[in-house]
Amino acid sequence: MANYPEDCLYTREHEWIRVEDDTGVIGITDYAQAALGDIVYVELPSVGDSFSQAEPFGNVESVKAVSELFMPVSGEVIAVNEDLTDSPELVNQDPYGDGWMIKITISDPDELETLMSASEYEEFVKEEEKGK
Amino acid sequence: MTELKKTPLFELHEVLGARFVDFAGWWMPVQYTGAIDEHLAVRTAAGLFDISHMGRFELRGPDALAAIQMLTPNDASRLRDHQAQYSALTTEQGTFVDDITVYRVSVDHFMLCVNAANREKDFRWIADHLQGRAVDLYDVSSSYAQIALQGPAAEQTLQSLTDVVLSRIRYYWFDQGEVAGISCLIARMGYTGEDGFELYVPAESVEWVWNRILDAGRDVGLKPCGLAARNTLRLEAAMLLYGNDIDETTTVLEANLGWMVKFDKGEFLGRDALWRQKQEGLRRRLVGFEVRDRAPAREGYPVLINGQPVGQVTSGSFAPFLKKNIGLTYLPIEYTDVGTRFQVLIRQRPVEAEVVPTPFYKRPK
Repeated sequence: MANYPEDCLYTREHEWIRVEDDTGVIGITDYAQAALGDIVYVELPSVGDSFSQAEPFGNVESVKAVSELFMPVSGEVIAVNEDLTDSPELVNQDPYGDGWMIKITISDPDELETLMSASEYEEFVKEEEKGK
Repeated sequence: MTELKKTPLFELHEVLGARFVDFAGWWMPVQYTGAIDEHLAVRTAAGLFDISHMGRFELRGPDALAAIQMLTPNDASRLRDHQAQYSALTTEQGTFVDDITVYRVSVDHFMLCVNAANREKDFRWIADHLQGRAVDLYDVSSSYAQIALQGPAAEQTLQSLTDVVLSRIRYYWFDQGEVAGISCLIARMGYTGEDGFELYVPAESVEWVWNRILDAGRDVGLKPCGLAARNTLRLEAAMLLYGNDIDETTTVLEANLGWMVKFDKGEFLGRDALWRQKQEGLRRRLVGFEVRDRAPAREGYPVLINGQPVGQVTSGSFAPFLKKNIGLTYLPIEYTDVGTRFQVLIRQRPVEAEVVPTPFYKRPK
């Protein structure tokens, strides 16, 4: 069974964000990493870059395909996970932990309201799977 | 949307936990445990692939050889009974209708293995070019399933299931014999760069044979493998993929397959065009390259020389065994020497690439 931690919020593009005060940590979900398969490259932005909600901030590449990464909410990048440069497989192994991608300062906390809870996301994934 | 076709092994793939993908109208397993894991299993132990989606034709009759000689650039008259040959169906322009394998069963009985995506097109093409010859063409694809057992432990694994002495089957030869009690055609060949076998099995018995091979290979680390691993394996071995690296716009010579063109065998479709191209010299040729970047170069990415676009990547991937980013592309002939530098545009970013010798991977003898 895929795993969706309760302390995260989720996007329809399969990113998660874990919020602490006005900062957020972002990565891709367990469902996304499993669907992509072996991840061989993660392209991330630089510290200081700013993005709007739903704007692409990078790419994750598996053996099979390239997928864009989308911002769960607007914000400025304050850290990127440099470990993914040498060990992109961390995203497969620990998508909510060592496989995190960026940290941001959240510029509009209201946007968090548009995201899904763990149980909503789980339902969403089930519906997506049915559609296949 | 037409319904996707399924192979006789579909339900077994589901049980094995495969993830599926639409490939040329077929619902095929793309991976089981993981593409890299499966790739490495084939390089170090063995892997088992369902390739039943491929097309299988038979040509029977006294003019079967003459028909094949007209349709293909390689010399099928050199084949003995139970010998096979990599070849092509060529257009008048010397380009590819398809790349195929020709099997000589007997003097008046040949079998052709063709790409799944081209099956109907190839059948029409061959039928249209038989020109009143005394030969019958049959599409026997659905009567057989086809599985590939590839890797250094392939022979040992298969030998435990058959009385056929596999060490006597040489590369690109085949034999008829029982595997796990089922009569199969056993061909020593493959699409991974490893030693191995492709088996043609009656469709109704393939589940049994597949399971017996998985059982027999358990101790050596044999794994069921999907199309993702098949693609990275064939790319490391620099084996071409129809629709990516070759098609109706690329000639056999440009694709580096000049060795299969036997001009001295007599007439064949595309001979004049290929001869002319050989005399005039090629303007472009397929090369292998490595990119000096962590981002893989992928199919369709633009290729630049001195900032000017000259083509695109035809195949590109991270190579799991070599741990490099490799690819294939056509370059203007003056840039095809090993060591030549050029650029691949990866998401608007020009990345340095270098022509390298192919195959990228060669198995140890």
